[in-house]
Amino acid sequence: MTKKINKLQDQKKAGLLPKSRTGINGLDEITEGGLPAGRPTLICGSAGCGKTLMSIEFIVRGALIYNEPGVFMAFEEKADELAVNVASLGFDLNQLIDDKLIRIDHVHIERSEIEETGEYDLEGLFIRLGYAIDSIGAKRVVLDTIENLFAGLDNQTVLRSEIRRLFQWLKEKGVTAIITGERGDNSLTRQGLEEYVSDCVILLENRISNQISTRLLRIVKYRGSVHGTNEYPFLIDEDGISVLPVTSLQLDSAVSTESISSGIASLDTMLGGAGFYKGSSILISGTAGTGKTSIASSFANANCLDGKKCIYFAFEESPHQIIRNMRSIGIDLNNHIKSGLLEFHASRPTLHGLEMHLVAIHKNIKRFKPDIVVLDPVTNLITVGSVSEVKSMLIRLVDYLQNEGITVMFTALSLNNTFNEQTDEGISSLVDAWLLIRDIESNGERNRGLYVMKSRGMGHSNQIREFIIADEGLELVDVYLGPDGVLVGSAREAHILREQTGQALHGQAVSRKDREISRKRKLLEAKIAGLQTEFESVEEELNKVYLEEELKHKIQEDNRREMIEKRKSIKAKK
Amino acid sequence: MGTTEQTWELRLYIAGKTPKSVSALSNLKKYCEEHLHGKYKIEVIDLLEKPQLAEGDQIFAVPTLVRKVPVPIRKIIGDLSNEEKVLVGLNIISVKSSVDVK
Repeated sequence: MTKKINKLQDQKKAGLLPKSRTGINGLDEITEGGLPAGRPTLICGSAGCGKTLMSIEFIVRGALIYNEPGVFMAFEEKADELAVNVASLGFDLNQLIDDKLIRIDHVHIERSEIEETGEYDLEGLFIRLGYAIDSIGAKRVVLDTIENLFAGLDNQTVLRSEIRRLFQWLKEKGVTAIITGERGDNSLTRQGLEEYVSDCVILLENRISNQISTRLLRIVKYRGSVHGTNEYPFLIDEDGISVLPVTSLQLDSAVSTESISSGIASLDTMLGGAGFYKGSSILISGTAGTGKTSIASSFANANCLDGKKCIYFAFEESPHQIIRNMRSIGIDLNNHIKSGLLEFHASRPTLHGLEMHLVAIHKNIKRFKPDIVVLDPVTNLITVGSVSEVKSMLIRLVDYLQNEGITVMFTALSLNNTFNEQTDEGISSLVDAWLLIRDIESNGERNRGLYVMKSRGMGHSNQIREFIIADEGLELVDVYLGPDGVLVGSAREAHILREQTGQALHGQAVSRKDREISRKRKLLEAKIAGLQTEFESVEEELNKVYLEEELKHKIQEDNRREMIEKRKSIKAKK
Repeated sequence: MGTTEQTWELRLYIAGKTPKSVSALSNLKKYCEEHLHGKYKIEVIDLLEKPQLAEGDQIFAVPTLVRKVPVPIRKIIGDLSNEEKVLVGLNIISVKSSVDVK
């Protein structure tokens, strides 16, 4: 508490306008810190746009979160009616009243009971409000709505000057005040007065287009402070008001180099081995029946198996339908739902406006804190908005998810008409990875070809793969690129078969030739052996002659020597 | 209705002694003396002293004159300068005029 006061004083010292946080989801971001502290703020809008709810939430959240008691001065509803109305948001108003954190004062103005004569002023109201503020030490005040004074009293001049005085008085009191006002014809309020004396004006609207309503909030003025100037959609649900400061996002989100699997091993390879980057956005587009939902489910399944959390927003099929269908390709999503890792949110796009879808998606993401978000299919959202609206919604969603580091996968149906191709491009420029599944029609059959159109920051394959949905799951197969062009499906199978046959035939031919060669060799070898034996016998013959001759020569020599010897001995005898 | 038999209980809410409250009170006293002689009670409540009483009677403007009895409760705001309006507002004039006419 003292810290807060110090902070306020710091802000005052710095010359900045001190602000009082509303505690309403998103409103504090748009107003950059809340409503001007100690000054009156006007919330205006036509009937049923959430003025009273926003102001009571301001009071209740102030009391609960910021410990600032508040006074709610109701001109329309009684205290117990209010208590019932906000009970649906989980606020126990009566308890807060007992705890002296909130005081509700119902000002009942019944025209038929009142007669006006002569001069008067609204000092009674001031005293009453002052007493209520002092009794609980209120820092916040809501007046809902002072227009009832104009309905109940005749003297407009007095009222106008008194309301001026009331705003001044509230400032002097130093309370942060909200005054609600009905929308007038040509001005923000019926009296055309409150917007000039308020320091901050917030306009609420409930716009219907194509029979679908969207609640919008805009800050018309905010003295002494910068603020978002756009129209921001907001949602009223069981948690109160959520405003989306979606268009104020900047391109400064941190990025991750971590990657997560696509759920199909061969696709991961195509993407450079590891899959998608964490926190990136992935678009899968393709014509009807090309298996977009199957890829998305397999992606969710693979990451749930890794223990990551996943939200699946289905705009076309019911969760049961998806679970049943995915079982046929061996993906059991029901397990993940049971273990709390997977959550399905199925709604028809026509349920509410585009912005409402965005707010609802945001809310669910904020609550569940998933690692992965799947939107299937985004093109269905076109039924509730134009192409540019869908694009702007998705940009904001992607921005938000990137900031949170959540990976998102969109599927988009593309038809063969220009309208939807535009959508494809509209979305494709903002995603990080784009997979396109295209029907390849040939030989009287339809096959799926998967292209990685882009994948930022990754060396990805430029090849077309054939995408096969089998009982065991999804698979990518290299297509056959031959002289006849790209072959897929049974043509590819047939070609492979033909190639195998050819190879077998070829093999056989080769072996026959081999055998002939070996036979020839054998023949030759036999011939060589014959010639060799012939040669040996000739050689032997020749050798024999040679030896005989030598022997003959030797014998002759011996005989001659013998003769000589004999002759010598005869001589000696002589 | 028998309202004339009852004692009229009137309450005048003021916030300090402003000219408006002073003239309202003097006007009221004058009318009561004139039309409800002896059958009325005036209670003046200064909201500056008793702010907690403002909520009970649904006071938002001052001065406010509240007719507590006879019921139903009626309120007249302003300095009560227009006599006829006050009498009509308090439903006194009808009583008086009906007596006069008959």
